This record gives sequence, C-alpha cells and structure tokens, in this order.
Amino acid sequence: MREVAVIGIGVTKFGELWDKSYRELAIEAGLLAMKDAKISSEDIDAMYLGNMSAGRLVEQEHVGALAADYAGLVTRNVPSTRIEAADASGGLAFRHGYLAVASGMHDIVVVGGAEKMTDANDMQVVETLASSSDVEWEAFFGGTLPALFAMMARRHMHEYGTTKAQLASVAVKNHKHGMKNPNAQFRNEIKVDAVVKATMVADPLGLFDCSPLSDGAAAVILCPLDKAKKYTDKPVKVIGSGQASDMLALHDRKSLTSISSTVAAAKRAFEQAKKKPSDIDVAELHDSYTIAEIISIEDLGFSKPGEAAKGVENGEFSLGGRLPINTSGGLKARGHPLGATGVAQVVEIVHQLRGTAGERQVKDAKVGLTHNLGGTGGTAVVHIFERA
Amino acid sequence: MAGVRFWREIQSRYNLVGVKCGNCGTIDFPPRPLCLKCHRESVGKMEPYQLSGLGEVVSYTIVHDAPKHLSMQVPYVLAIIKMEEGPSLTGQILDMDPKDVKIGMKVRATLRRVSEESPSGVIYYGYKFVPL
Repeated sequence: MREVAVIGIGVTKFGELWDKSYRELAIEAGLLAMKDAKISSEDIDAMYLGNMSAGRLVEQEHVGALAADYAGLVTRNVPSTRIEAADASGGLAFRHGYLAVASGMHDIVVVGGAEKMTDANDMQVVETLASSSDVEWEAFFGGTLPALFAMMARRHMHEYGTTKAQLASVAVKNHKHGMKNPNAQFRNEIKVDAVVKATMVADPLGLFDCSPLSDGAAAVILCPLDKAKKYTDKPVKVIGSGQASDMLALHDRKSLTSISSTVAAAKRAFEQAKKKPSDIDVAELHDSYTIAEIISIEDLGFSKPGEAAKGVENGEFSLGGRLPINTSGGLKARGHPLGATGVAQVVEIVHQLRGTAGERQVKDAKVGLTHNLGGTGGTAVVHIFERA
Repeated sequence: MAGVRFWREIQSRYNLVGVKCGNCGTIDFPPRPLCLKCHRESVGKMEPYQLSGLGEVVSYTIVHDAPKHLSMQVPYVLAIIKMEEGPSLTGQILDMDPKDVKIGMKVRATLRRVSEESPSGVIYYGYKFVPL
C-alpha cells in the first residue's frame, strides 16, 4: 500500500441554491479542487462520486457518468464511479478514492460528493431519508429517520440522564461554529431555549435538533504522498481509513445508545494510523441529529459513555475547548447535502491541518478525524489525517 | 408500494411469523435466510416460527412529521418493542395517551390498518401495539 495525500480541496456554498442544478454544483466543487491542486482535467486518472439519491431527488441515475461528462473527463474516457451508502456516500467515496491510489491502480484521483435536495418536495425528501432505514420493517410502520434517532435519544436520556437542553447544546455549538464558515447554510446564533422549544419533529427531537435540507457539493484531489510536493506545499496525509457495517434496522441492534459500526470503523482507522483518540486535535462528526453527535463522541472514544452531553454543554468540544468538533458548523449549520457531507468533512479537516481555516482555525492542529454515518449507522466511515 | 410487494410480507405483518434456526434454536423476526449465530450451518434449517405478540417497550418517540401515507395519523407513538421470544421490532403504540407511554411498559400486538396507497387505493394492514 502506498501512502496517500490530499493535494486539493473545493467546496460550494451549502444551502437552498435554487439557481444551481445538480450537475453545476458537482462541477463547481471539482473545478475548485483542481484549481487548488493546480492540475487540469488531463491529469486525472479516475473519479469517485458520493451521491445518496439523485434518482429520487432529481430523477437522474448514472450520475458518475454525468459528472465525468460535464467535468470534461469523458474525452479521455476516465473511469467514474458513483458510490452510495445513504448519507455516508461521500465518506465512502473518499475511502474508495484513497484505496485506488493506495493500491497503485491510479495516481491522481478526484473524489466528489454532491446532492441536490431542494428540487424535490418535502415529502419526497422525508421518504428518501427514511429509505436509508429498513423500508419494509421500519419505514412501513411509520419509522422516519428523525423518529429512529429520537428513539436513540430517548434511550440515551433513560440510561444516562441526558437532557433536552444538553442535546440542544450540540446545535448551539455548531451554529456558533457555522457563523465563522462563509460556506455554511446557517450563519446565525441560536439559543438553547429556542432549540428546546422548537416545533416537535419526533419527540424528543425538535426542528433545531435536525440538520437541514441542503444543496451542495465538495471535492478533493488525492495522489501518492511521494508525488504530493509537486502540487502543493501543504499536503495532508491520509493515515487511517476505517469502514464498518451494522444491522440496518435500529431495533436489531444490541444497543440503542452506541453505534457499533462507528466503534468498529474507528478501531480500524486508529490502528492503521497508530493513533488514539487523545491524539486528535480537531474532528468533523456526523451530527445529522443532535443525538448523533453525542453518541458519536462516545463511540469514537472522545468521552466515556454517558459523558459526551455534559462535555458539549461545558464547551469541551467548542472552538477553544479540549477537542473542537464540527468547526465547519457540522451537518446542523454548514448544511447536510447527503452525499456531499462526507467529502465536505474532509475539506474542513484539510483546511484545519493546512492552517487555512480562518476565523475557525484550531491552533496548531496536526491530526484530524472525519466520521460519516449512513442513516442510523448501517454504514460508518472514519478517516484520520495528519499534516505531512 | 405495489400490491405484490406487500403480499409477500403478509404472514409476518399479520401473524408475526418469524423464523427459528433449526441448528441453535435462535428465534428471529422478520424472517431472514441465515441465522446470525450459525451462518452456513443454518442453511436450509430456518423454520417459520410465530411470535406470541407479547413484548415490552425499549424506547419510543411521538412522531409529528410523517410521510404522506401516514400523515393522517400524526402525532403517533412509534416504539421499539422487545418481544418475549427475543427479537425486537418497530411498531406504533395506540389506544392510550402518548404522555403515558413508558420504557419497560408491557404491550401486546394487534392487527390494524397501517396505511393506504391513496383514498381509493390498497389498504395495508399490519401489527401495532396496545398496552397490556
């Protein structure tokens, strides 16, 4: 296996981007990443594209070919692969790009993630999100995605005494971080009280416990580490890549307060990287719902089980705290265009390790982690990065 | 969902028919082709097994925002129920005030209308739960 580096990053604005189509977003992110790596489309050997549900949301399948076409890669018949694992599609596309370079099969790989959610109506989106659960045995009986996370939240409250205000403090923190990210969908402060009193979606989760519907795209360029200096002064090494599965239906899991795919993916990534949780300086976690960030902090080993909520409330995971989490604003404030999210997380960590995160820079960050979940955690993808 | 897609699951959705592994005796619901403990040893040995319908609430939520086919029912209580035979499943709890639902509460399954395709379309039935 060769060592792999990220040499280029690009991300679009996230939000309700009425004037931009799916293909425009995907290409915009890819061109930004190529410009950042100072390469042209002739340099690219392969493309991997994370996308959850273009078929439902914009009625277009085969988006791997679409992106290769509009990116101009098609004139050299560059292989382009769409990767799907619900909203872990982006993180998983990144892993496949990483594996392609590490294996020696390809030298320069572009990994994109793109989703266009606002062309569909709200009902279609609710059903699309629910399709990441077990459709026959959860969604059929009324299981929406927020309802499933709400049952994890209720159980976490029952076992550990976690409060609604503590859940809210995740959203408050991530909004505060998002204010410092020019590409974030929400750049406004919110208060705990407003989150707690927001319209109920699935009790105990209210509207502000949920990430928004978003359009957006992100892209990164990968190459072998020994060639990275040719393209950038600040390559960022990929030092660990872990992926794992869990039971698709939440009710089949041994625990509702821990996601075993996260635990397994993290173990694999930490072992490969020869790092431990305390080595991480900055992390992007999958806060599709506030409870998801709480559980993920515990599953990744950043807090003991039952202690993450208190930690978030006390500022341990805010900028300036012991481990800043979701400096980009996370899924909650940066936005959550499903298949784009995992790649956008990588973009943020590369910014942090290059020292180019602006107002939200974590001082002297050397090691960073990304964590991307599909649905309620049937798939988890964890990557660890280090300043080269 | 097309009608035939629903018909395939009728035994499980109407009568709570799951499977029992002929190798180790583990009961699972809904039916799966392989036992998660015995893997290859269980091939061809998974027998139909009907659950009693008795179980207890592991967790629950009150759903206020639902897809179209369930929008007439909001707010509804959705729960994960651990059945007395071992497996857990997801279903609605009804015939009680949502405020009174508790973790650990005993419930039993009952056959109810789950949703319908359209006002004049196919009606889907399945299990829901009521307090014991």
